[in-house]
Formats: sequence, structure tokens, C-alpha cells
Amino acid sequence: MDTTHPQVLPEGSPLVRFSGVTKCYGPLTVLDKLDLDIAQNEMVSIIGPSGSGKTTVLRVLMTLEKINDGVIYVDGEPLTHMPKAGGLTFATEKYLHERRSKIGMVFQQFNLFPHMTALQNCVEAPMQVLGLSREDAEERALNLLELVGMGDKKDQHPTRLSGGQQQRVAIARALAMRPKVMLLDEVTSALDPEVIGEVLNVIRSLNSEHNLTMIMVTHQMGFAREISDRVCFFYEGKIAEQGSPEQLFGDPQNERTKQFLHAVLDAN
Amino acid sequence: MGYWEFLVEYLPKLANGAVMTVMVMVCATLLAVAVSMVFGLMRLSSHFAIQGAATVYIEFFRGTSLLVQLYWIYYVLPLMGLTLSPFVSGVLALGLNFGAYGAEIVRGGIQAVPRGQYEAALALNMSPFSRMRRIIIPQIYTIILPPAANLTVELLKATALVALITVVDLMFVAKQINATTWLSAQVFGTALIIYYAMARFALIPFLRWLELIAARKIGKA
Ligand SMILES: Nc1ncnc2c1ncn2[C@@H]1O[C@H](COP(=O)(O)OP(=O)(O)OP(=O)(O)O)[C@@H](O)[C@H]1O
Ligand SMILES: [Mg+2]
Repeated sequence: MDTTHPQVLPEGSPLVRFSGVTKCYGPLTVLDKLDLDIAQNEMVSIIGPSGSGKTTVLRVLMTLEKINDGVIYVDGEPLTHMPKAGGLTFATEKYLHERRSKIGMVFQQFNLFPHMTALQNCVEAPMQVLGLSREDAEERALNLLELVGMGDKKDQHPTRLSGGQQQRVAIARALAMRPKVMLLDEVTSALDPEVIGEVLNVIRSLNSEHNLTMIMVTHQMGFAREISDRVCFFYEGKIAEQGSPEQLFGDPQNERTKQFLHAVLDAN
Repeated sequence: MGYWEFLVEYLPKLANGAVMTVMVMVCATLLAVAVSMVFGLMRLSSHFAIQGAATVYIEFFRGTSLLVQLYWIYYVLPLMGLTLSPFVSGVLALGLNFGAYGAEIVRGGIQAVPRGQYEAALALNMSPFSRMRRIIIPQIYTIILPPAANLTVELLKATALVALITVVDLMFVAKQINATTWLSAQVFGTALIIYYAMARFALIPFLRWLELIAARKIGKA
């Protein structure tokens, strides 16, 4: 039995903990014994070269992918595993279903439900999963659509919305579940330049005023530098370097980080 | 006897047969749709026994002759204590047989819904049942309707087989008239035209209309 992974984390532990997490696709190791703690109310950005495992970190935390080794904890409890006979065993779907709502995710490709209006997209899961009445769910959804500046488009189907508008609805849809951690996978890549600032403000206010913890994968260094509490640089499935934005962007220590930042800044 | 006189004399009878053809067709289609949905979903079950049962069903009904299945239901089941009327036997054979083809269309349709849809629903913690019912199934209609429409036209044509177990459909009436009058060209020519007209001017426009509604539901029309 694995004694390095306790059944519960002690009081005062971080909201999210990756403990020795390994994820492989066949022979390819995408996450390599990853350790990562995310504190309550923290805004963490993940940067790194393509294929370094950034998206995978979010996907395993969202339970879209199963991990091969290690344990992910959320709220002091194991998420990928469940307690059994003094140790841990892989979580069942039922166990996951009781905990998955703590995590929300916004995808690069929006993935809005095309057969539903913006409002219906935001109302569906709160009613089906959280058991909210239609009235309550709609009120919550309308507030969130206002928050992301989509209140006037609430009755539009996704095909009638621009990519930027779809992504804002997708953010509202994820927020409607009131997750404790929000995962954002390159959510600004698809946004029109003129709405990026507005979305940035939304994300910032979510972080500071709504006590929301966020993990954001981004290729936009300016955005990461401005908004993050901490930046993690990924390289080949590991955190090669992490620190405050000032530290990581201003005075990177790792050669890989320096190379990456150079390449990115040259490209811009 | 000229063709005009033939029509005046026999068209009413043929029309009665056509009404029966439509009834067989409608009932068999409804059964086939239900069978398609159930077995299409079962094919995608992660449960070995459920998936296996669906595979066996589909293999059996697609791999053997519809006519033999029809005879089996009408002539063999009574020997095992289950006697069904010609109409019920015909509807059952057609519905079960075409349902097996339809199940594969449904399975393909579900698999063709973009993976991101399934993942978004999972990220919202929707249960497997809700994911299927509320997110995936409503999106399959635009995908499955074109192949399902072809199958439905095939089903209409296949209904002629039920004449062989004494259902008084269009084909049965045509054979009766032919047996007494020997006006084969007129009788079967008229039957062909009626089958064609039913498909071309009623069934196909109806299916097109369904496709349009489905497209509208996901904002594509
Ligand atoms: N389903 C999968 N099957 C096989 N390999 C996969 C799968 N998903 C991801 N990979 C591989 O895992 C590695 C990490 O992928 P990941 O998507 O996490 O990278 P990323 O850091 O997000 O890259 P990008 O910046 O391009 O989005 C890549 O080499 C990728 O090809
Ligand atoms: Mg990625």
C-alpha cells in the first residue's frame, strides 16, 4: 500500500494538490511525477512550449483523463482516488460525480451546446446536476451572462455568435456551477482583440472579488504577467521553473525558461 | 379494355391496398425507430453483456433474409405457441429487420457528435444519462436523418413482401386483380407508379421536412 499518499490532507492544505502525478499516452509520458499546489484564491498561469503537457494538467484535474500514477487532491480530499482499507484506490464514477462540480473548465474551442441558446447553455447543468429550480437557475445564469457582457444575446444560439461571444458564454456556463477552481485552457486565443481586455477584467474580478481559484493555460505572456499570482513554466511534463510573474518574466533562472521567453518575445 | 376503363374499375381496390401498405409502413417504421434507438445505444454500452446482446441482434437480423424472417414469424412461431395475425407478423419482421440497420445508423450518429460536446457535458458534471439524453441525442438528428431517410424508403418498398403472408396490401390486391383479369402490364404498372408516388411525393418530402426541423434546432438553417 502506498503510504506517500494520505487518505486526507491535514487542515490548512492547499485547495488543489498534484502529488507525484504521472500521465502517459502509450509510451509517451506527458506528465512526469508532477507536484503542484494551488492555494485557495490563487491565480496560477501555466506557460510552456507546445506539447509540454499544459492542457493535460487541466484535463486530468477536470477528470476528463485518468492518471497513471500519483494522486490529485481537491479540498483536502483525494479526487482521482478514494479511500479504501487504509489506503487509496482509483475513484469510481459515483465518487467522481460527487466531487466533480468543485471544478469548472473553459475550453479552447468553447464547446457550447449548439441546440441550446446562450441562456439554456448556462441553465442546463445547474438544473440537471445541482437541482436548481428553473427560476433560480435562470436568475443565476442571467447575472453571469450580464457579467460577461452577453446579457443582450441570451436568446441566441451559438451559431449566431462570434467566437469571442461564444467563449464568454462558455465562461458564464462554467461559472454557473459555482466551482471552487476554474480551469481556463487558452481561453483568450480565440477572442477578438477588442474584447480581451473586457474578459481580462471579468477574470480579474472573479479572482479578487469572488474568491475563485483559477488555473490558466495561456500563450499570452502579457496577460499572464499582469494577472497571475504565480506562473509555472512547463517543460516535458514537469514544472521547470515557477515563481511570481516579476521573478519568472523579469529574472528567469532556468535555461529552458530563458529560451522559451526569448522565442516568444521575438515572435511578438 | 383501355387503361382508362381499367383504372375506373380497379383503382379503388388498389387504393384500398395502398392504404394497408401505408399502415404497415407507418407501424413498421415506428417499431424500427424504437429498435434503432435501443440497440444503437446498447451497442455503445460499456457493459460487455449489453453490448454483446446488441451485436448479436444486429448481426442476426442483418445477416439473414428478411423474407425468411417474415416466414419464421408467421409460420414457425405458431408452432411454438405464438400465433400472430398477418399484419402484426409483417410489422414485426419489417420493424425488427430495419431496426437492426437503423441501430448502426444511430450508433454512427452518436459517435459523430464532436468529442468536445461530451467533454463539456462531463466538465459540467452531468450524469451519463443526462449527457446522452440532453446533450448528445438532440445533436444526432441532423447526422442520422439523411441515411435514415434512405432506409425508410427501402422499408416502404420492402412492405410488398407482406403480401406473401396474406396481408391485403397494394401488392396483394395487384396479384388478386392479375389472377382474375390477366392484365399484368396494367396492374403491376399501376402498382409501380403508386409505390413510386408514395415515396416521391409523400415520404421523401416528409423526411426532408424533418431534416429541416433538425437543422433549425441546432441553428443551422
Ligand atoms: N489523447 C491523446 N493521445 C495521445 N497523445 C496525446 C493525447 N493528448 C495529448 N497527447 C500528447 O501529449 C502531449 C502533451 O499534450 P498537451 O495537449 O497537454 O500539450 P500542451 O502543452 O497543451 O500543448 P499546446 O500548447 O500545443 O496546446 C503532446 O505530445 C500530445 O501530442
Ligand atoms: Mg494545449
